[in-house]
Amino acid sequence: MSTVKLTVNGRAVSADVEDRTLLVHLLRDHLNLTGTHVGCDTSQCGACTVHVDGRAVKSCTMLAAQAAGSSVTTIEGIAKGDELHPMQAAFRDNHGLQCGFCTPGMIMSAIDIVHRYGGKLDEATVRHELEGNICRCTGYHNIVKAVLDAASRMKVAQAAE
Amino acid sequence: MGVEGIGASVVRKEDKRFITGKGRYVDDIKLVGMTFAQFVRSPHAHAKVKGIDSSEAMKMPGVIAVLTGQQLVDDKVGNLICGWAITSKDGSPMKMGAWPAMAPETVRFVGQAVAVVIAETKNQARDAAEAVVVTYEELPAVPDVRAAIKPGAPQLHPEAPGNVVYDWALGDEAAVNAAFAKAANVVSLELANNRLVPNAMEPRSAIADYDAAEEHFTLYTTSQNPHVARLVLSAFYNIAPEHKLRVIAPDVGGGFGSKIYIYPEEMVCLWASKKTGRPIKWTGDRSESFLTDAHGRDHVSKAEMAFDKDNKILGLRVKTHANFGAYMSLFSSAVPTYLYATLLSGQYVIPAIYAEVMGVYTNTVPVDAYRGAGRPEASYLLERMMETAARQLKVDPTELRKKNFITQFPYQTPVIMAYDAGDFHASLDAAKKAIDYEGFPARKAKAKTEGKLRGIGVSCYIEACGIAPSKAVGSLGAGVGLWESAEIRVNPVGTIEVLTGAHSHGQSHETTFAQLISERLGVPISQVSIVHGDTDKVQFGMGTYGSRSLAVGGSAIVKAMEKVESKAKKIAAHLLEASEGDIVIENGEFKVTGTDKSLALPMVALAAYTAHNLPEGMEPGLKETAFYDPTNFTFPAGAYICELEVDPGTGKTTFVNFVAADDFGRLINPMVVEGQVHGGLAQGIGQALLEGAVYDENGQLVTASFMDYTMPRADDLPSFKLSHTTTLCPGNPLGVKGCGEAGAIGASAAVINAITDAIGNNKLEMPATPDRVWHVIHGKAA
Ligand code: FES
Ligand code: FES
Repeated sequence: MSTVKLTVNGRAVSADVEDRTLLVHLLRDHLNLTGTHVGCDTSQCGACTVHVDGRAVKSCTMLAAQAAGSSVTTIEGIAKGDELHPMQAAFRDNHGLQCGFCTPGMIMSAIDIVHRYGGKLDEATVRHELEGNICRCTGYHNIVKAVLDAASRMKVAQAAE
Repeated sequence: MGVEGIGASVVRKEDKRFITGKGRYVDDIKLVGMTFAQFVRSPHAHAKVKGIDSSEAMKMPGVIAVLTGQQLVDDKVGNLICGWAITSKDGSPMKMGAWPAMAPETVRFVGQAVAVVIAETKNQARDAAEAVVVTYEELPAVPDVRAAIKPGAPQLHPEAPGNVVYDWALGDEAAVNAAFAKAANVVSLELANNRLVPNAMEPRSAIADYDAAEEHFTLYTTSQNPHVARLVLSAFYNIAPEHKLRVIAPDVGGGFGSKIYIYPEEMVCLWASKKTGRPIKWTGDRSESFLTDAHGRDHVSKAEMAFDKDNKILGLRVKTHANFGAYMSLFSSAVPTYLYATLLSGQYVIPAIYAEVMGVYTNTVPVDAYRGAGRPEASYLLERMMETAARQLKVDPTELRKKNFITQFPYQTPVIMAYDAGDFHASLDAAKKAIDYEGFPARKAKAKTEGKLRGIGVSCYIEACGIAPSKAVGSLGAGVGLWESAEIRVNPVGTIEVLTGAHSHGQSHETTFAQLISERLGVPISQVSIVHGDTDKVQFGMGTYGSRSLAVGGSAIVKAMEKVESKAKKIAAHLLEASEGDIVIENGEFKVTGTDKSLALPMVALAAYTAHNLPEGMEPGLKETAFYDPTNFTFPAGAYICELEVDPGTGKTTFVNFVAADDFGRLINPMVVEGQVHGGLAQGIGQALLEGAVYDENGQLVTASFMDYTMPRADDLPSFKLSHTTTLCPGNPLGVKGCGEAGAIGASAAVINAITDAIGNNKLEMPATPDRVWHVIHGKAA
């Protein structure tokens, strides 16, 4: 057992966990942040994607202890109060989700993609970059639309800041 | 249409919780004192269980119990059932072996549970499960369907000699023989329909909680049909009487058929919760999904089609072997029979059809309905047959189809189905136009100059969904009725709750069902809540599968709404001192036609509940229930055309265009309908190009993770071009057909037809991986 201290969604947290505990289980089981999902056991599906120090990370590939001292953002931490993050809004407006299980991971990956590519995103790039996230419901068509839509919303939002 | 009524692409009410991480799936739920289950599973495909030693495991930290299959037997927990009785052509009933939830004596597939460990934490349960020592005596295994029926093959169940569950047939054999005798041309085809793993993204999960004082169980489960689960757990597995068992299916992360069934894990958790006196959670990891979720498809077939000299179809003969895996899953028996052979007429006038289906046990995971369930297998066979025939007869494949299309409705096929409506020319024309079919030869020639093989493939599917009527399916062997229920509660303040027996696990019911109410009563969808997935709230229902929710469940809502409306109109007429016939509902107001007198719905509702001034003899309240039993299936149909390029150097396929023209009757929410089609197409294309469950000769599942089983990813798929043509379904009050499975039913043939067109060779099986395609192009065995 060890005590892990980190920042999650802007709040300092501390948890006593077994050494083998993965970051995803720290989030789900210890912090009750169940928006981060587990869809596989081989780090393929991306349902567990969160941001660690601003970069998208599959939280099932990382030990909780490795996240000590980091700042972690989960799906629960991206809206500003009642105001959805532009990526969340774009997923809803473009029907980019059905059962919703892959959605938190998709949204967290997609935000990272937009951050990395800025305005230079096109359909092929989005499809390629989403390779690490599996969705069984949507056929990706509307997810791709949502990401491209959000990319332009985020550009506008940035320009306004 | 109102802004939120029928036909409006309103964004989904359910989305907010999912996009903010507030969805509530089974694994998100924690109960006080909850413990964790870990199953001990067989590593062998076929073996005798000689002994289970749990002494070391019991000493490990946090372990509460290790329970085995023999204890299940001792406690008289029932075996798993198959709910549809099929009769072989010789008149004998199907031959089934017993399927205990944990195997006391013999294991018949890799992953079958033999014991379960209950411990305080998940890790403790896992560690202890590793310490349970099971002694097996290995037996020879047979995973392949054709090998399983050979003389001398390993035998799975003494009840099923030769591993044959049934040998069934449908149609008129003599008429088919006569048709072939006068044929000008006969086209034949052999093909396999590859075995698939459903892989809903949320792994199956269950929490069982026994209340000893009340002798009452609560089960949270990843189910598409919680009421059916309760019925089966109660009536057949002896868990508890129905009033002592509450089943809740909260947010469920996709199903595609795989979450219809009542699996061993739920049963064992319920039983073990009573035994240990503790709530128990089990959540499968993805490896367990691969090894225990019911798989789909897995047919091998031979087919022949007879044509006259004018290329009109005379007859069709099909012989199929269906792999059932090691046990008969809940609806498995119906899939390759009444959900498959009944669709073999496709969109065509085929005067005579004879289909024989042999269902076979093998040492593999049980196989059951997966998105489409039987109809994709029928559609794939028939549409590859039409393309093969067009090539052999040297006619354009769309012209051959058009020449044989059914144009008069209703149309009685020779294989039970009576199609009620359709316009197959319209959808094929729409698809041809969308893809510029006429311009294809020029595009193909240009691609050739660039070293690419370009192909185009067509698939004209028809499917039957909203399976019904109950009386008819009962006469064909179904153990349940297939109606749906709805209850509408208009609250005293005028807000509305709709209780439905359908279950949404991605289908968007919270929005589309609310749209039905909005259309009729003129209230905004924000004032309507859809309640589902809880046997304590909803009286009864059959759940969601087979694209039935709207056609059957939506129709039940309409029926209940008619009753609400009728009572509300009586109240409004009474209060407004008008005659009932003069009351019309507009934008949530009950108006007296030709006057300015009106009452808003909340006032009518309030009056119903205060009951101070109701028509003489009327009961208070405004709440109505309806059960709807359809009179027929609905028959969605459409045309898909795929254009793609194959790189002859690598065998890799690249999509150029994929168009879909579907006829789903009236659309309630076009945005949602298109989403359903996208998802279906992805699964159909996945089957054609990427997915395939592979067993080695010992019955080990080689493709047992996302690293080995290729799920479609975003960059494997194109964007889709969808369009709709419309013939209303005359069989239900909404004129709607199902849209949930069409994509998965129609897509795979379009893709394979396009690849075989590109490479000029018809001998191609699914999944058409680059490796396979390369070998076919280069004339080498793969
Ligand atoms: S759960 Fe982390 S990638 Fe699947
Ligand atoms: S929305 Fe269901 S898995 Fe993506």
